[in-house]
Amino acid sequence: MEALIKNRLPKKSRNQKSLQDRLFDASVYGIAIVMILMIVYPLWFIVIASFSDPADVANGNVWFWPEEWNLDGYIELLKQEMIWRSYFNTIIYTVVGTLIALAVNIPAGYALSRRDLFGRKWISFFYIVPMFVGGGLVPTYLVIKNFGLLDTFWVMVLPFAVSCFNIIIARTFFRTSLPETLWEAAQIDGCGTIRFFFTMVLPLSKAVLAVIGLWTAVDIWNSWFNAMIYLSNENLQPLQLVLRRILIANESLLGVASGSLASELRSLSEMMKYAAIVVSTLPIMCLYPFLQKYFNQGVMIGSIKE
Amino acid sequence: MDHKALSKDFPHNPVILNESKMSRRIKQLKKSGPLYVLLIPSFLLLICFTYLPMYGLVIAFKDYSPVLGILESPWVGFKHFVQYFNSYQFDITIKNTLTISLYSILVGFPLPIALAILCNQLRIGLFKKVFQVTTYLPHFISTMVMCGMILIFLSPSTGLVANILGLVGLNMPNLLSDASLFSSVYVWSDVWQHVGWDSIIYLAALSAINPTYYEAATVDGASKLQKIIHIDLPLLLPTAMILLILRAGSLLNIGFEKVLLLQNQLNLPGSEIISTYVYKIGLQNFQYSLSTAIGLFNTVVNIIILLLVNWLSKKLTKTSLL
Repeated sequence: MEALIKNRLPKKSRNQKSLQDRLFDASVYGIAIVMILMIVYPLWFIVIASFSDPADVANGNVWFWPEEWNLDGYIELLKQEMIWRSYFNTIIYTVVGTLIALAVNIPAGYALSRRDLFGRKWISFFYIVPMFVGGGLVPTYLVIKNFGLLDTFWVMVLPFAVSCFNIIIARTFFRTSLPETLWEAAQIDGCGTIRFFFTMVLPLSKAVLAVIGLWTAVDIWNSWFNAMIYLSNENLQPLQLVLRRILIANESLLGVASGSLASELRSLSEMMKYAAIVVSTLPIMCLYPFLQKYFNQGVMIGSIKE
Repeated sequence: MDHKALSKDFPHNPVILNESKMSRRIKQLKKSGPLYVLLIPSFLLLICFTYLPMYGLVIAFKDYSPVLGILESPWVGFKHFVQYFNSYQFDITIKNTLTISLYSILVGFPLPIALAILCNQLRIGLFKKVFQVTTYLPHFISTMVMCGMILIFLSPSTGLVANILGLVGLNMPNLLSDASLFSSVYVWSDVWQHVGWDSIIYLAALSAINPTYYEAATVDGASKLQKIIHIDLPLLLPTAMILLILRAGSLLNIGFEKVLLLQNQLNLPGSEIISTYVYKIGLQNFQYSLSTAIGLFNTVVNIIILLLVNWLSKKLTKTSLL
């Protein structure tokens, strides 16, 4: 049919059109390639700089490949006990925090998705308000302090485990993908709500568990502000706070020295910056392409409006 | 349903037939019991760590002292609000907050739409996939690392940007010590990091467009560009409006962490925003009441703007959030 239509158009205009479209296509692909380069190159640069001599990096001799390949930055970085400890802390916070968040948010999402929940309107309101209003910094700080949670492991995983946004996403998911007849059938078979939730709902909602779990995990992995205001004990600090000392405060973890040793230490600290970025970001960057499917799904579920 | 089933089994039972509204409600309540159990953990956490702090907002109207506690501290009304409105920091923080925020919307709102349309035009499957994975990637870099990268790359003497400019013989200004350039650094680095991710939602909206529209346009001899202007853009409008409303609702909530990390003494006149000021006043200077008052002011303004934009959008495009 398309051929038929094409034949009916005057020949000249058809050629003009296709030329215009071909130019259009060329510019689309051109822009896309430039964008890919603009994103990939800075990331690649960080990686090659971490393996290069700091003087070459600073003088602009490093462009596409490491110059004077060495691992000094990594070696010095990994010698720091603080890095290992904070890395370990971050992993624990991420695992425990994600599990708590799932245990708290998923059941709430399911309960809110049920149309026979008595007082659903008011309860939904209770869960929507925190998305727009909050107590703010100081009142929250005072509450955490009064609960005696300052400088404890729990402050990192418990108080902010509820995410109303994720609850709403879970609710939308359950509403759109769990057929209501399933619950009706289970009821006839004498299955109660709680048992139904654990034996039917959870196995059927792996997608939303994955999405919310991954989002929460990335959030916790990357977070630092709560740690900064609620933790003063160095042994509890997460990785991002140590990165803050290295990258932002420009603090040398290697101590102070004088003379020629000082400049050597300074350049070593520069290398450690690149190494620290790579070491802290690598896990997410490596996992991400494989998990991309789930992340995207989450955006889709979240975009369904009710 | 329960009720009906019962009355079918016992058609002559007057208790069930004449069941009052009250007892029906009690029955519903009982039936919802297990659902309430599922809600308990999140409910308790919200009460303790979200609603209790909301009660703590009253210290904005009091002279809070930790010794006296929230209830016993003396009531001072709007004193702290007035103090903030009259302070010289008021103009600076409001101006910077609005500048960064509006700049962000101006740049960060249309670009994801453009990117989604661009991505939608890519027909080579593998290339499209690579393009998507790459553009989404920076979204997962932590704010901390992102700010570290900005500091490294923009360093005026040794940074990557300075070295690139050096190739063509240009001098690199120190972007981070210039207050007037702070908003640009903030906004464009944000675009680099999030434009791909923000486009996902538009890409989904584009893939939902009925292909017959494009076929009809082809028959009418429309070029690709014309199809974008007359099909893609109008059909993206509802999605765009919703996102714009949400964005406007958090007009005064800028990525606080990033601003705090990129701040230094030199760019402070251009980088002090309401939320960083709240943090400094509250947790560094321990003026709890003043800090809470400023934060409360911020929240109230946000809600007013959200309702306003929502109302406006309802009138103009028939799209609304609430």
